Amino acid sequence: MTRPGFSRSVGLGLLLTLAGPLTLVAQGVPTAPAALATDSLVTAANTAAAANTVAINFVWTLVTGFLVMFMQAGFAMVETGFTRAKNAAHTFAMNFMVYGIGMLAYWAVGFALQAGGLGPMATLGGFDKLSHELSVGIAGHTWGLFGTTGFFLTGVAYAAPVFTYFLFQMVFMDTAATIPTGAMAERWKFSAFVVFSVFIGAVIYPLFANWTWGGGWLSQLGTNLGLGHGHVDFAGSSVVHMTGGVIALVGAALIGPRRGKYSADGTPNAIPGHNIPMALVGTFILCFGWFGFNSGSTLAGSDLRIGVIATNTMLAGAAGSVGAMIFLWIKYGKPDPSMMANGALAGLVAITAPCAFVTAPSAVLIGGVAGVLVCIAVFFIDGKLRIDDPVGAISVHGVNGLWGILSLGLLADGTYGDGWNGVPGAVRGLFYGDPGQFVAQLIGGVTNFVAVGAMAYGAYKLTEVLVGGHRVSAEVEELGLDLPEVGALAYPDAPELASAVILSETAPHLGAAHLEPEPEAV
Amino acid sequence: MKLITAVVRPERLPQVKAALFRAGVTGITISRVSGHGGERELQEHYRGRTVVLEFREKVRLEMACSEPFVEPTIKAILSSARTGQVGDGKIFVQPLERVIRIRTGEVDTAAVTAVTADQVQRRALGGDRP
Repeated sequence: MTRPGFSRSVGLGLLLTLAGPLTLVAQGVPTAPAALATDSLVTAANTAAAANTVAINFVWTLVTGFLVMFMQAGFAMVETGFTRAKNAAHTFAMNFMVYGIGMLAYWAVGFALQAGGLGPMATLGGFDKLSHELSVGIAGHTWGLFGTTGFFLTGVAYAAPVFTYFLFQMVFMDTAATIPTGAMAERWKFSAFVVFSVFIGAVIYPLFANWTWGGGWLSQLGTNLGLGHGHVDFAGSSVVHMTGGVIALVGAALIGPRRGKYSADGTPNAIPGHNIPMALVGTFILCFGWFGFNSGSTLAGSDLRIGVIATNTMLAGAAGSVGAMIFLWIKYGKPDPSMMANGALAGLVAITAPCAFVTAPSAVLIGGVAGVLVCIAVFFIDGKLRIDDPVGAISVHGVNGLWGILSLGLLADGTYGDGWNGVPGAVRGLFYGDPGQFVAQLIGGVTNFVAVGAMAYGAYKLTEVLVGGHRVSAEVEELGLDLPEVGALAYPDAPELASAVILSETAPHLGAAHLEPEPEAV
Repeated sequence: MKLITAVVRPERLPQVKAALFRAGVTGITISRVSGHGGERELQEHYRGRTVVLEFREKVRLEMACSEPFVEPTIKAILSSARTGQVGDGKIFVQPLERVIRIRTGEVDTAAVTAVTADQVQRRALGGDRP
């Protein structure tokens, strides 16, 4: 995304390509009296082409940003569909409000930390006033830590390229911020969610994003230490998804499992979601939004690689859903719709980092592995780690975010990314001759797990102090969070809730807590 | 007069309804219920964990019938609701002490005879449309 020096050269090349035919036309004008007139025509044509290129890039960045924004609806539907009817208004409200809460926090503080030292925005007209990165010097190299310009989008940041870039980056941040709401659903106090989300938007997300996309130290691993092109993450397998997944892991582990999720002997129980079609429609919305997520990350409609990116994205998502379907079919005799959805999303998460750098067969391989990996991860986290993640957010985003950046380090084929992060030559993975790139990817993954995990832990504890705990009372959890937490039932007309009816009260392997019939609401 | 309560498979409801209308029974209350009548419990998986579906979805029909309608009603339900597999349901017949139609105050047989029975039947069977 942000790689000073790279986009500029690509932009220039494309500009010349676009200008080429125009030059020929200009030279072919028969009545041109002198070379001088031809030259001025060429200059005018070049100027027009350059302006058009910038305009195309602006429109592309904005429109793909709008697509990513709509992914919020997809997340809301997936998470609400996979949870119970008695918590549907609460789950949906979290997904709805994280958009506004996260955005304001990111506007005030987060964006400046992430992009304040961005340097020239090559594809968006070369704007270069976001140029203050706080860096430290270690071993003769400077390492960027965070940016310091652009708070509240005022001052030098009050400019169209910055606002455009903000919109695109904001919706990415919100994607990360909405991931923990799924893992912590059905038991999280709304007040705690609000405060925690402010930390994500203002600090946790922007710091890692700066290190990878804002000119920070992970992006400098290549120029400083010669490790490939530094940590490369095209559209956010680590920056967005692994960050969200690690925060979700910390949050879900600390808040504890839902009542009834584990029997006294530790056996995990199924707590079926209340609306599978809603979750699957949400998944489709996400698949659609992902075209913006990945292909928009060129920040340039004039970068024709967008064709490769978009197609790799759809291939990997499809392979993920097929991988999960086949795996579940073999393991349990039937394909499970909720895991098909997780499989598709896992494939999309994994291809997010390598989408611009790999071949179509690699994209299918990356997606297919992700589809199986997400199933294994769900069973492992649920059964072995005993961390209750109702929607599979940790497995989809955390585990496959990591797989995404590592797969780039393995399979990048050296056909794209010349000059990425200031390192000459295209991006190559381990299997294409650059082991250093894989090491850089590993460092990116470990850093994400440690740094984001630690920040999430701190934010969780701080939130606990500020709002007096994260967890609703046992009574509220039994009744459902809708009325006690947000004052409205999602389905006031529902005569009774399906989960209370279909689950046996006598089945010995099921915990007692969630078997009690719903108390009469209101 | 008898109160006939039948619990049937939801997927047979269209046939049962048509058979009852054909038999001239038009006063029916139906509700969605869950129940267990000796079927084997169903085990499914959700996200890798076992889900036991012990209770099955059924439809319950309740009809208050005057004596001449009791046997035709039972026959209609038997012929239309039966698949021969476990889980076809039950019919319960109970004596009915009194029936009062709220609109008019009519009692017993007068109260259980629909004023528009013919019309309702024709419409249900796909005949005249109003």
